[in-house]
Amino acid sequence: MSTTEESDLGTGIDFMAEQDSKEFRELRKTHRSFVFPMAVIFLLWYFAYVLLADYAHEFMSIKVWGNVNVGILLGLLQFVSTFGITAAYVSYSNKKLDPKATAIRQRLEAQEGE
Amino acid sequence: MNVLSSTLLAAAGESTKVGNPWVNIGIFGLFVGITLVVVLKASSNNKTAADYYAGGRSFTGTQNGTAIAGDYLSAASFLGIVGAIAINGYDGFLYSIGFLVAWLVALLLVAELLRNTGKFTMADVLSFRLKQRPVRIAAAISTLAVCVFYLLAQMAGAGALVSLLLGIDGKLGQSLVIVVVGALMIVYVLIGGMKGTTWVQIIKACLLIAGAFIMTIMVLAAYGFNFSALLGAAVESAGTPDILNPGLQYGKSETSKIDFISLALALVLGTAGLPHVLMRFYTVPTAKEARRSVVWAIWLIGGFYLFTLVLGYGAGAMIGAEKIKAAPGGVNSAAPLLAFELGGPLLLGLISAVAFATILAVVAGLTITAAASFAHDVYSSVIAKGKSTPAKEMKVARRTVVVIGIFAIVGGIGAQGQNVAFLVALAFAVAASANLPTILYSLFWKKFTTQGAVWSMVGGLVSAILLIVFSPVMSGQPTSMIPGADFALFPLANPGIVSIPLAFALGWLGSVLDKNTEDPIKSAEMEVRSLTGVGAEKAVDH
Repeated sequence: MSTTEESDLGTGIDFMAEQDSKEFRELRKTHRSFVFPMAVIFLLWYFAYVLLADYAHEFMSIKVWGNVNVGILLGLLQFVSTFGITAAYVSYSNKKLDPKATAIRQRLEAQEGE
Repeated sequence: MNVLSSTLLAAAGESTKVGNPWVNIGIFGLFVGITLVVVLKASSNNKTAADYYAGGRSFTGTQNGTAIAGDYLSAASFLGIVGAIAINGYDGFLYSIGFLVAWLVALLLVAELLRNTGKFTMADVLSFRLKQRPVRIAAAISTLAVCVFYLLAQMAGAGALVSLLLGIDGKLGQSLVIVVVGALMIVYVLIGGMKGTTWVQIIKACLLIAGAFIMTIMVLAAYGFNFSALLGAAVESAGTPDILNPGLQYGKSETSKIDFISLALALVLGTAGLPHVLMRFYTVPTAKEARRSVVWAIWLIGGFYLFTLVLGYGAGAMIGAEKIKAAPGGVNSAAPLLAFELGGPLLLGLISAVAFATILAVVAGLTITAAASFAHDVYSSVIAKGKSTPAKEMKVARRTVVVIGIFAIVGGIGAQGQNVAFLVALAFAVAASANLPTILYSLFWKKFTTQGAVWSMVGGLVSAILLIVFSPVMSGQPTSMIPGADFALFPLANPGIVSIPLAFALGWLGSVLDKNTEDPIKSAEMEVRSLTGVGAEKAVDH
């Protein structure tokens, strides 16, 4: 098992042509159109939170429920958003990315086996 | 951390008498026995390099995700964060958020692409389409640097923590414990390879998370499962409502506020550049399993940090910041003291065994990463110029394990009493500066060149280390490593805010100014492979 996967597949594949193919460019676009905006969003939200915790002490200290204040609530929301983005990415990958990637891989590996 | 020993000894002396260390030793012995059996069983089919470095790529995403959580949740993060929340309140919570959010970088940008393009080490990916020798050497140096700082921190902590929990005091006793921990670790890694190491991580992660979960339920039960009531009790115990608000630790001055931004940057970007975390992605068969690993790790790590929020405020409320600070172990004693308060010597023994397991597992993970990097990147690719056989390479890897193990033992004895947090922060900052920019550039930027990679890695590594040497962590403060001297030219404790942007800039500049062009065929191959997994997945029927 571990020996088969170490064999270097791909020597017979024209990767330049593949990289330029419509199918591959579409896969790349599908991948990047999700991960790049998502990465920007979570980093902005994280640093917005960090700056609030750093410079807006009064705002973060406002009590919301009992002793729970805005700061703790926003902190817990960071957990929620991390879990949410994770779940969203998994569902996006399963639906949009995996079928495309698998199709290209199988085609290339069949081509390689000829 | 070595002061912690006296705290617990004092605590144990007060209420449990001598029986306590024996409970701990019994639980430790049980853990070592069980893990050794597992390691021996796992080692029976370590034949190829892929078996030794990557556990035969036979782990499922769930198993690997648990092992990642085991690698990531070190004793420093368990004891450190609980203690930080107990004493500095909200500012301690900020750490755990950074540590968790950082995983999104790994999930979205790194894990799967890395799995698809590499075999064993970080350098495999970085040198894929660039010139092998310079890039591999630079990547191996930064891998070794990060591992060494992390290793020394763990070993120094291990000596102090384990001796305290076993009731061994004094420098000689602690040194002996370091030797035993180091020797055990060498045995685990030598025999078990990545497979054995991974199983140790899995067992440890389950113990740690279960232990924290039980303590969390006990703390919440004490306050009628009312989180607000727990916070109220923490405020009452601390005598100030500020414990619930940000700013207690980092709000003191403008410098400390900027220092906090610098730390936040290093935390969020450091994780996806830690070589021992990256190497874990190679233990699964496919990119889809690598994704599953990260998802599973995010749930476990996120859950664990939520527990530490309760445990931290619980320790603040039930033991009190003053008592924790006055205890010789200071901040780090909060979690063990809380365990003792909640469940007496038995729970303390269990939590101690978990802390011991944590250190052993993290040290083993770091050692195998460093050994793989040396044997695969430096020996096989650079010294033997690719003419080595896998058998020879594994022999070198095993010897490296012994050398690193001995180095860790000696370094750990030397580093006793050193500031452990300093070494861990350095490891994160170095990973974020030296590794992450090059990883992202080589995965996503077509025009990235060898010169850019070398400039970015070397520049990031050197600037991060230099800035720490000239920071207040090293000198100029009563709490510094060298309190007598003052050469703290750089005002911040964490170099991230300077060294990370600098490494990104150097990677760009080095590439733009590079007169040599890189092989476009290799570049195309890397991109196609990274997104489709062609050639990297298990062989399919064809």
